[in-house]
Amino acid sequence: MKFIDEYRNPAAAHALAAELARITTRPWTLMEVCGGQTHAILRYGIDRLLPPALRLVHGPGCPVCVTPAGLIDQAVALARRPEVILCSFGDMLRVPGRQGDLLHAKAAGGDVRIVYSPLDALALARREPAREVVFFAIGFETTAPANAMAAHQAKTGGVKNFSLLVSQVLVGPAMDFILRSPGSEVQGFLAAGHAAAVTGVEELEKLCHRHHVPVVVTGFEPVDLLDGILRCVRQLEQGRAELENAYARAVRPEGNAPALTMTRSVFEVIDREWRGLGVLPASGLGLRPDYADFDAALRFKLGAAPSGGDEECQGGQVMLGTLRPDQCPAFGGRCKPEHPLGAPMVSSEGACAAYFRFRGAPEPQ
Amino acid sequence: MLFGTIEKTINLAYAPDAEVGDHVLVHVGFALQRIDPEEAARIWDILREMEELQDLEVATQAPPEVPA
Repeated sequence: MKFIDEYRNPAAAHALAAELARITTRPWTLMEVCGGQTHAILRYGIDRLLPPALRLVHGPGCPVCVTPAGLIDQAVALARRPEVILCSFGDMLRVPGRQGDLLHAKAAGGDVRIVYSPLDALALARREPAREVVFFAIGFETTAPANAMAAHQAKTGGVKNFSLLVSQVLVGPAMDFILRSPGSEVQGFLAAGHAAAVTGVEELEKLCHRHHVPVVVTGFEPVDLLDGILRCVRQLEQGRAELENAYARAVRPEGNAPALTMTRSVFEVIDREWRGLGVLPASGLGLRPDYADFDAALRFKLGAAPSGGDEECQGGQVMLGTLRPDQCPAFGGRCKPEHPLGAPMVSSEGACAAYFRFRGAPEPQ
Repeated sequence: MLFGTIEKTINLAYAPDAEVGDHVLVHVGFALQRIDPEEAARIWDILREMEELQDLEVATQAPPEVPA
């Protein structure tokens, strides 16, 4: 496909890797923020093309992974109600809460449906006026405009049987949190290109100046990733800390104005719990009071979701970049995609799932 | 919209400037940006400047004419 295949060109990738080896004079630790980037890095073996001094750690940009266990329990409880159709993106279904997952709720007779888009859930609500359709609205800035549009269309269309169970988070505050965390070794960021296509680069630029770390907006194909890494290392080697856009074919500096306008009209910034990281101030989105009628937590009087709940999973350390997935004692043994201890092992964007899928289980001791 | 050979209906509310024939970045049913072909080509300029793209050059150039 155009704009994809050419970015997988091996000759181009090797040329970038050679340049990277030429300019790297000392050890650096970079974090790619988005789980989609993590999977591409492992799938194509980008980490193995890098000079030994260069280390990539994997960030928190996996929407399924950061959705709190307490909210998954609420989704499971909703799915068990006979009047409810619980709609979700597919890779949420096998993520464990504290009381099972949505797939088990479905097996036990709950009406759980996988949708491709929040608008599919809204269309289902229109077709099933006697049922309550709840969409599990998880995601980062990339997904917020789509969820906002679903709420907006439900409101303007007078759809009374549609609501959102919201777990919207913001990537900027998480990057800030990582740089402030004791033990963090991150010296430069590859920022998530798709989120930046919506938000633009202004907030990332502030982050880079606040902490004096280079931030390179990066795409998802091998050539994109190597170009992003090269630009980031070049800055570090030269003592610069700037915002660079290595994904300019999709990211305009100002972002996507109509998407941002819609998001801001439906959502407001609130504190949010991140699974494994805890509550981060001003790190998420909640429905504005104008949209309270479409808030599943209010409609079904769910109350606040209890926090925490991962005694065995070290996903928080993985998402902070302080623990590599295959260094976790549970990796590939007690924790596998078939029986995960936490979300990063099952999500299609989870770092542990990427290591397991592309590097396999560890050798038995 | 075509994804390779798969056809799907996509909401264009957030990409009002997209026209037939454009490539767009799509996420959960919405076009989020039009792909800018000029920006997409820039990486190849950078690589050419590095003068290390010999394999690619060979692959994309027509074979030189052999004098008769």
